[in-house]
Amino acid sequence: MAATPDRDTVLRVLEQVTDPEIPVLTIADLGILRDVRVDPGGTVHVDITPTYSGCPAMDEIRADVGAALARAGVEHVDVHLVHHPAWTTDWMSADGRRKLLEYGIAPPGPRPSGGPVALELGYRPALAGTDGTPSPACPLCGSVATEELARFASTSCKSLWRCTDCHEPFDHFKEF
Amino acid sequence: MSSGATDTDVAAYALRLGDDALVLAQRLGEWAARGPTIEEDVALLNIGLDLLGQARTLLARVGELDGSGRTEDDLAYRRDEREFVNVQLVELANGDFGRTMARQLLVSAFQVPMYAALTGSADETLAAVAGRAVKESRYHLDHAASWVVRLGDGTEESRARVSAGLAEVWPYAAELFERDDLLDRCVIAGIAPDPEPLRLQWDATVDAVLTDAGLERPTTTWAPTGGRRGLHTEHLGYLLAELQHVARSHPGASW
Repeated sequence: MAATPDRDTVLRVLEQVTDPEIPVLTIADLGILRDVRVDPGGTVHVDITPTYSGCPAMDEIRADVGAALARAGVEHVDVHLVHHPAWTTDWMSADGRRKLLEYGIAPPGPRPSGGPVALELGYRPALAGTDGTPSPACPLCGSVATEELARFASTSCKSLWRCTDCHEPFDHFKEF
Repeated sequence: MSSGATDTDVAAYALRLGDDALVLAQRLGEWAARGPTIEEDVALLNIGLDLLGQARTLLARVGELDGSGRTEDDLAYRRDEREFVNVQLVELANGDFGRTMARQLLVSAFQVPMYAALTGSADETLAAVAGRAVKESRYHLDHAASWVVRLGDGTEESRARVSAGLAEVWPYAAELFERDDLLDRCVIAGIAPDPEPLRLQWDATVDAVLTDAGLERPTTTWAPTGGRRGLHTEHLGYLLAELQHVARSHPGASW
C-alpha cells in the first residue's frame, strides 16, 4: 500500500485483532481500541487503553496490531497506550458479551458503584452475593444458583465460580 | 511558580508510589508455589502483578519527569538500596500467610483511598494510573480483609498467627501517613493527596475489619521511619539482590 492508508480499511483490519488470552474477543469488542488516526505522512496512529495495570497481554496486543497492519501493507504504525480515562468493563460491546457467554465465560455485569470516585469507608464484604453485586448466571445451564470459588483466577480479569445446579465450574469476567 | 512543586518534586513523589508497588509486588511473588492452596497462589500473584503494572507506569513517569532519561528498567534494576524510597512496611519479610495478609490489609486499606484521591491529581499520568489502580486495590483490600476476618475468627492457631503477624507489621504502617517538605509541596500543588484524611479512612477500614475478625487493634506507639529517605530494614537488600540479579549479571540482555 504505497498510498496513504485509508482509515476505514485500517479500522476493518484492527477490528479483527483478537485478545491473546480470550481469542473469541476482538480488541474492539473489549473496548480497548479507542481511536485510529492517519496522519498526512501516512503513519497510522492507534490508541489502545490497557485493561489491568499488570495485564501481560498488552505487549502482545501491541505487537499483534503492528503485525496485522503490516500484513495489510501499512508501513508506519504508532501504537499509543492511552491511560486516561481508565478502561472499564462497561466499554465491552454487547456483541463481545454474547461471544464471551458462548465461549463459556460469564460476561461482566454493570459495575457496582457508578460514581467516578466513591467514598471509601469500610470495606465490601468479600463473599459473593453479599456486596449487592448479582451473581453471574452459569454460562452452561443458565442457572443463577452460582457461588464464587476464587476472586482471582486464570487471568487478572476473571474470577472462578461454580454452578450449584449443574455443578460445573466456570470463569466470570469481573466487573471492573 | 504558583504551584510550588517542580517536575523534580513530582518525580520524587511518583518514585515513592512506584517503589511501594514494586517492592510489594516482589514480596508477593515469593509466594509462587508456596501458597496454602493453588487458588491462593494465583490470588497473591495476581495482586503482585497488578502492583507490578502500577510500578511500571509510575517508574516510567519518573524517568520522563526527572530529566535523567532513565527507563523503568533502569530504575527497577540499577538503583541501590539507599536509592529506594518505599515505606519499610512493604519490604518486611513475608513471614507466614497470616502476616502476609495482615500486611496486605494495612497496605491496601491505604492504597484504596490514596489512589481514589490521586485520580484528581494535577499530574495527568498519576491521575490515570490511579484511575485503574483504585479499582485493582479494591479487589486487593477485599481479599486481604476477608482472610484477616477468616483467620482471626477461625481456629486458635489461625487467630494466634494472624494476631502475631498483625502486631509485627503494625508499627510500620505509620510511615504511610508521614509528611515531609516534599509531600507538603506536592499536596499544596494538587499533585498528591493530603495524608490526614487518608489516615481517617484507613482507620475506619482497618477498625471495621479487625472488629469483624475479633482482633485487637495493636496499641504500640513505636513508629519506625526512614524508608522515604532511603533508610531501610535489613530485609530490603536481600529482596533487591534477588530482584536485580539477572539484570546485573547480564547487563543489557533482553529476552
